[in-house]
Amino acid sequence: MSEIMKNDDIVLQVEDLRVEYHTDESLVKAVNGIDLTVRRNQTLGLVGETGAGKTTTALSIMNLIPDQVGVIAGGSITLEGKKTLEMSDEEMNHIRGKDVAMIFQDPMTALNPVTTVGDQIAEALRIHEGLDKKAAAEKAGKMLEVVGIPAERANEYPHQFSGGMKQRVVIAIGLSCNPHLLIADEPTTALDVTIQAQVLEIMQELKEKFQMSMIMITHDLGIVAEICDEVSVMYAGRIVEHGTLEDVFEHTKHPYTEGLFNSLPDINDRSRKLTPIPGLMPDPANLPQGCAFAPRCRYATEECTKAVPEKRWISDTHYVACSAYDDPAFHIERKVD
Amino acid sequence: MSKNMKATSAKPKKRSQFQETMRRLSKNRSAMLGLAIILVVILISVGASIFYDYDTQVIAQVGDRLVKPCWQHPFGTDELGRDIFTRVLYGARYSLSVSFVAVLVSLIIGVPLGAIAGFCGGVIENLIMRFNDILLALPSIFTAIAIVSALGKSTLNLMIAVGVCSICTFTQVTRSAVLTVRNNEYVEAARALGATNLHIIFQHILPNCLAPIIVQTTFRMGQAIISAASLSFLGLGIPLPAPEWGAMLSAGRNYLLGYSYMTMFPGLALLITVIAFNMVGDGLRDALDPKLKH
Repeated sequence: MSEIMKNDDIVLQVEDLRVEYHTDESLVKAVNGIDLTVRRNQTLGLVGETGAGKTTTALSIMNLIPDQVGVIAGGSITLEGKKTLEMSDEEMNHIRGKDVAMIFQDPMTALNPVTTVGDQIAEALRIHEGLDKKAAAEKAGKMLEVVGIPAERANEYPHQFSGGMKQRVVIAIGLSCNPHLLIADEPTTALDVTIQAQVLEIMQELKEKFQMSMIMITHDLGIVAEICDEVSVMYAGRIVEHGTLEDVFEHTKHPYTEGLFNSLPDINDRSRKLTPIPGLMPDPANLPQGCAFAPRCRYATEECTKAVPEKRWISDTHYVACSAYDDPAFHIERKVD
Repeated sequence: MSKNMKATSAKPKKRSQFQETMRRLSKNRSAMLGLAIILVVILISVGASIFYDYDTQVIAQVGDRLVKPCWQHPFGTDELGRDIFTRVLYGARYSLSVSFVAVLVSLIIGVPLGAIAGFCGGVIENLIMRFNDILLALPSIFTAIAIVSALGKSTLNLMIAVGVCSICTFTQVTRSAVLTVRNNEYVEAARALGATNLHIIFQHILPNCLAPIIVQTTFRMGQAIISAASLSFLGLGIPLPAPEWGAMLSAGRNYLLGYSYMTMFPGLALLITVIAFNMVGDGLRDALDPKLKH
């Protein structure tokens, strides 16, 4: 409906993506048929525990799944009308960094220790915009200023920067060629809370300034609430619930999403005990039959272990993959007013 | 005011890796001694012709044969009456130039091979490394003799022969360094920026592999001097009558009992130079080792 109308506005469309890792002993199913849609100037939050397949999804969008072990088993990725999975490595090189850029999790290791930060920002500019050394260095200085670092520091090395500043440099590198889509893979996980807020603020600001779309990969629901427009909750390589920020936060449907919220402290009710989700994420090399969350789900019935639950649309923007909703009377306990 | 303070407080941090390495190297006494000796040897080999003219000092004064060390001839003269002191000074040129060029040859061939092997993996790596194993399995002096005999006796061929013998060390060292660096996140980040493989190898991987390569280069310089001297000793090196240290040792061998100074001085020169290179290599290895940082 509204999706069809706004077709031009779609920057990234991922359909039924499946990614597997083949190792000597086992077949790891990291991503099992996910759909994502990112619209222009919107931020999609991809939430889930460690090992849910968030980073693998991001790497598939960049077409950077490790060569010999990783296999994209199915699905399609359309980036601004171009099917990226069918492109050669050389064609992909023109898109990476220019149309879509990625910010990595750990700024301590994402910068080359023996090259000055200025040169590292200039690198993308020289590759994609064909700038000469001087023009690229000049623009690199400007990019540093955009992220709030004085341009004079362009000649310094990464070890002379603090963690938060390094992450700003990484952001500057990602933004240097004005990408249409920015994938941020847990950009604040390695940072202090105070610095996290700064970095998020900068990212939010620049997103508006450069008119980008963004995929924010995180396991921090606070970050999602702050900067995302839409949220997809991932569990064991599948999206279990998707909707606008309001849909997911105010009208939570999936038991897993509920579990995530229950494991957060509540500032209004400090005496409440945190209720963690019991058990662990299943081994992706050996997923259980049916719903992958069923073994940990307190609402689980026998029905749940029989088949992988299909999407059930709650509204135009909100779907949940949980078979319990076939019963119209079913509701989870979490109540949000 | 605050800007000033910022500038001064930032100053002690502002050291590039090169400066940092030099600072730590300068604290290592044996490395500094080695460096000083190498500098002196380089000065001698460059300046020998300024202080002494080989033709007037050696060739023109042929006559006083087998003179023991004295004021006029500090190291004595050899069986043809040539001044050994001057010949040892001139010999530094041959030894240094052979070792420089030989190591350069092995660097130019060995490092890219190792980098490609480490970066590409798979069949290419197997091919390169098995070929490397073959080269390693042969005694290096044997390989060098084979090359010199095949190409003919000349200074350039000596350099090539010595260089080819140490290619395998550089390939191994580079490959293992590349293997540890290539999985770093900044390599993946460069790929996510759309950088080509060649760009990634030269811009991101090799600069981070330099430390072991530099150390190996220094050690190999000493080794190359010995290899070149051994080949000259066997008569396969620089053609006579050039004053090469190995050739001088070989010539003095016949007079070892009565005139040991003929072998002693070129031998000492060889020994001191090689030890100096090894001391610098040891110091560099410590200075470049990130685990020893304080």
